[in-house]
Amino acid sequence: MSNGTFEPRLVGFLCNWCSYTGADLAGTARMVYAPNIRIIRVMCSGRVDPQFVLKAFREGADGVLISGCHPGDCHYQEGNYKALRRHRLLSKMLEQFGIEKERFRLEWVSASEGTKFQLVCNEFTEQIRKLGPLNLHQNGGRHEQGQA
Amino acid sequence: MVNLTIDGKQIQVEESATILQAAKKAEAKIPTLCYHPVVEPYAACRVCMVEVSLKGKADLVTSCNTKVQEGMDVQTNSERALRARRLNVEMLLARAPAAEPLRQIAKELGIKKTRFAVKDPEEKCILCGLCVRACEQIVGASAISFIERGTERKVSTPFGEPSEACIGCTACAYFCPTGAITCEDKYGRKVIHEEMYLGPTTAIRVPSRQAVPMVPFIDKEACIHFKTGECKICAKVCDREAVNYEMDDTLRDLEVGSIILASGFKPFDARRIPAYGYGRFPNIITAMEFERLVNASGPTGGKVLMANGEEPKAVGIIHCVGSRDENYNAYCSRVCCMYSLKFAHLLGEKTKATIYDFYVDMRCFGKGYEEFYHRLLKEGTKFIRGRVSEINDLALTEKEEGKLIIRVEDTLIGTVRRIPVDMAILAVGLEPSVDHNQLAKKFNISCSQDTFFLERHPKLAPVSSFTDGIFLAGTCQGPKDIPDTVAQAGAAVSEALALADAGKVELEPITAEIDDELCSGCQICVGLCPFTSITYDKDKGISVINDALCKGCGTCVAACPSGASQQKHFRDAQIFAEIEGILLV
Amino acid sequence: MSKAKPKVAFYWCSSCGGCEESIVDLAEDILKVVAAVDIVFWPVALDFKKKDVEAMPDKSIAVSFINGGIRMSEQEEMAHLLRRKSQLVVAHGACAHLGGIPGLANFWNKDTIFRKVYQTTVSTDNPGKIVPQEKSVVDGYELTLPRFWDTVHPLNDVIDVDYFLPGCAPHRDLIINAVTAILEGKLPPKGSVLAPNKSCCEDCDRNDTKPEKLTIKEIKRPHEVLLDPEKCFLAQGVICMGPATRSGCGERCIEGNMPCRGCMGPTDQVYDQGAKFLSAFASILDTNDEKEIERIVSTIVDPAGTFYRFSLPSSILKRKRMEAVK
Repeated sequence: MSNGTFEPRLVGFLCNWCSYTGADLAGTARMVYAPNIRIIRVMCSGRVDPQFVLKAFREGADGVLISGCHPGDCHYQEGNYKALRRHRLLSKMLEQFGIEKERFRLEWVSASEGTKFQLVCNEFTEQIRKLGPLNLHQNGGRHEQGQA
Repeated sequence: MVNLTIDGKQIQVEESATILQAAKKAEAKIPTLCYHPVVEPYAACRVCMVEVSLKGKADLVTSCNTKVQEGMDVQTNSERALRARRLNVEMLLARAPAAEPLRQIAKELGIKKTRFAVKDPEEKCILCGLCVRACEQIVGASAISFIERGTERKVSTPFGEPSEACIGCTACAYFCPTGAITCEDKYGRKVIHEEMYLGPTTAIRVPSRQAVPMVPFIDKEACIHFKTGECKICAKVCDREAVNYEMDDTLRDLEVGSIILASGFKPFDARRIPAYGYGRFPNIITAMEFERLVNASGPTGGKVLMANGEEPKAVGIIHCVGSRDENYNAYCSRVCCMYSLKFAHLLGEKTKATIYDFYVDMRCFGKGYEEFYHRLLKEGTKFIRGRVSEINDLALTEKEEGKLIIRVEDTLIGTVRRIPVDMAILAVGLEPSVDHNQLAKKFNISCSQDTFFLERHPKLAPVSSFTDGIFLAGTCQGPKDIPDTVAQAGAAVSEALALADAGKVELEPITAEIDDELCSGCQICVGLCPFTSITYDKDKGISVINDALCKGCGTCVAACPSGASQQKHFRDAQIFAEIEGILLV
Repeated sequence: MSKAKPKVAFYWCSSCGGCEESIVDLAEDILKVVAAVDIVFWPVALDFKKKDVEAMPDKSIAVSFINGGIRMSEQEEMAHLLRRKSQLVVAHGACAHLGGIPGLANFWNKDTIFRKVYQTTVSTDNPGKIVPQEKSVVDGYELTLPRFWDTVHPLNDVIDVDYFLPGCAPHRDLIINAVTAILEGKLPPKGSVLAPNKSCCEDCDRNDTKPEKLTIKEIKRPHEVLLDPEKCFLAQGVICMGPATRSGCGERCIEGNMPCRGCMGPTDQVYDQGAKFLSAFASILDTNDEKEIERIVSTIVDPAGTFYRFSLPSSILKRKRMEAVK
């Protein structure tokens, strides 16, 4: 955080074939987008284990993005559908944990959609900026008793 | 076989042959009008009369429908035969004095004028019925027949009404020996562009003069045989008996190690820009059409002609049609500038026309290209920099009358100009081929923003696709000219050969693995694998991954509820460490 | 070591007492244990005071079995004390191991719990709205109560734990094996969970009834369907945590025709039992249609409570976000 404005920390899990390439395109095309997203490459959005999402929140992420190939375009045929199923269930569960579903986003960005990746990053950053920090590190800490 | 003599010549022919066919073999010339080799003979015109002697008895017969017999002696030009022929031709002339082939035969027989009364000096029909027979026997439509009797007899559709049986094949006009039947363009235009892209063509044809293999095919949509079951003329005239109507499209499964996609492009459809008038004005043609027009083996023998058959006095070449245009395709099609320059050069070579070249930017990027541009500048092509806004035929001055008016903003002199031309050539851009999207789906290829196939890496893997063993060559990957296409195709082939040469495929090292010690055999993963690489080993009570089938997506790893499955290089612990790492600061 | 029998301590923190019961449930085997060891501290059964433990020399207790999660300051204090006095500390049972059922309170905090318990339940009669205070003066005497925390913790959140005995309550075989191993000195690496490192499907009789491709179209809760006593619960559309739960429990729930609820916690390779189960479960939903996925998901009444029934305090998120507790 600088100058009192909240800079969201976002983690993006991007599939190798579509979204990571799309992000790469945004880069090679020198598109400017919010620098808040930190990218982790996975081979397929289907590789994204809900544990990773929770871990990212736990480690201080204010928002998590999973981005994969458009439905029907998955390099592995249907990994993105698995991601979709997990996303919907995990979103519901995260709400029970008090984590707004807006903080956990699933997007389809193809290899050619550098512009969409730019848009998603900017939009997501602004959305999380409005929601404010997640502050999860203050939750369930080991020596909470000292703070009470 | 049958032995007979024709004009003193001893020959041997098949028993089924007619005298006319035998005469052809004996190289004796017999005039005919109502005869056609593929239609049953009818002996209507009777100009093929010959004198035949058999067993001492001589007689006059029509040669087209009289079968040969052993020992026949045929005189094609005996005085008796000629007299009969003359009389028949004279009578035909009285009926159809305007029939040119008939007049030719009359001339050859020394007839200057018919002795009989002429009813209509413009008449061409000799009522031979070849058209009726063709329509029945060849086309199988039986749309026309003789109607009325005696002097009123004529060929027509029932009651002279447009017939539903007529399939518009124009075979009647084709067979008519005297030109009495014509088929005309509805708008009275003269059709000069009769070949591909330029007008009608035949149902059996070679796709183009450059086709490899150079073998004709039958267009089932257009073929009369496939409409009516008749015709089969092509089979009748093919000595090699190569025409096979039974042949069907067959699907063949080939097992291959690699695939090179070279599905090419389709030219931009100029109709999509209505302001350019393509399809509305006859002398606005696309680059492909111009290529055919200017081709020496093309419909005009390589002459640049307008629809009315005249040579144009001014020609405009319009660049960037469908390219570099946000409304259609934002990308540059890369080949249009150079082929447009080639057109300008060819036009200069073949016509005396003034050539205008309307360009947005002249992109002469290749070897020797810039020099060619300079040559054109010297050859006197008038280059006008600016995007053409409209082509119409609305003349404002007398000079513009009957011309196509090209409206353009000349950005070099900063004014809007009107250039009257006779012919406009649209330099259409390149678009992915028609079935591009289905191909992309089938081969699991991504497409870039310009919708062409996306290469694995723009610099480091420009001929590979994202799918192993599938390579890209040519314009399916993006617009490119011939040298670039050849280079890319060569590269794709060597990539494929390299795979074949190695004889084995290197697997990605990122496959998933199941730890036997940890797997409880819950089988959650088994159904998740789209490549069916996971099976449940009932004896061991564990799930097993086939390394060769696993593509390394990691879906099963994410789903493994006991963490027994891990993806090499994307292990849970590795990704956890990554998450911790990127969120450190 | 001298001939003296090894000293053993038992303590309970935030738990139901079932784990204490599991010791008694050893039946005749308890006699062997009693013969082999010297029980020096066991508040639930024998009268010892904290000061007795404090009086012991450090490390004089061979092993302390502590059950229950850590929910109050008193429990943390005792955990620390026993840690100091013991050579080994074993987290006994699901609550000490993972947080357990009381850990579900982590979806609330102290205020909301107190409000509910002392004010708003239907059976509460508390017109003075009195809630427990850490200090209160009655007749001039100052009374103290331990501090109640916002969050329940597993034992290893507050002290160093040597071994974990999983289960709610731990199966007698696991206890006997653990005690035997300790007495014989055949100890696994520190931090081990004293149960097999495979999931429940390993031992489950119903595992072979799974179809070739396990998918779920409709989710049913146990009371909504007549459960087939032999068929895999997941194949019946019933949520069974078995695939994501460590085996060694004796499959007592399954035998009782109830799906596994996950008391044994995850296997070693898994960081978060709930998330991992969620992943596996969502993956086998039998549709790619977004609306249909959402419909099926909406039929899972309480995913967090179901998937984290025993492991919430030891999960990655540990509790509901404090800001969001109302």
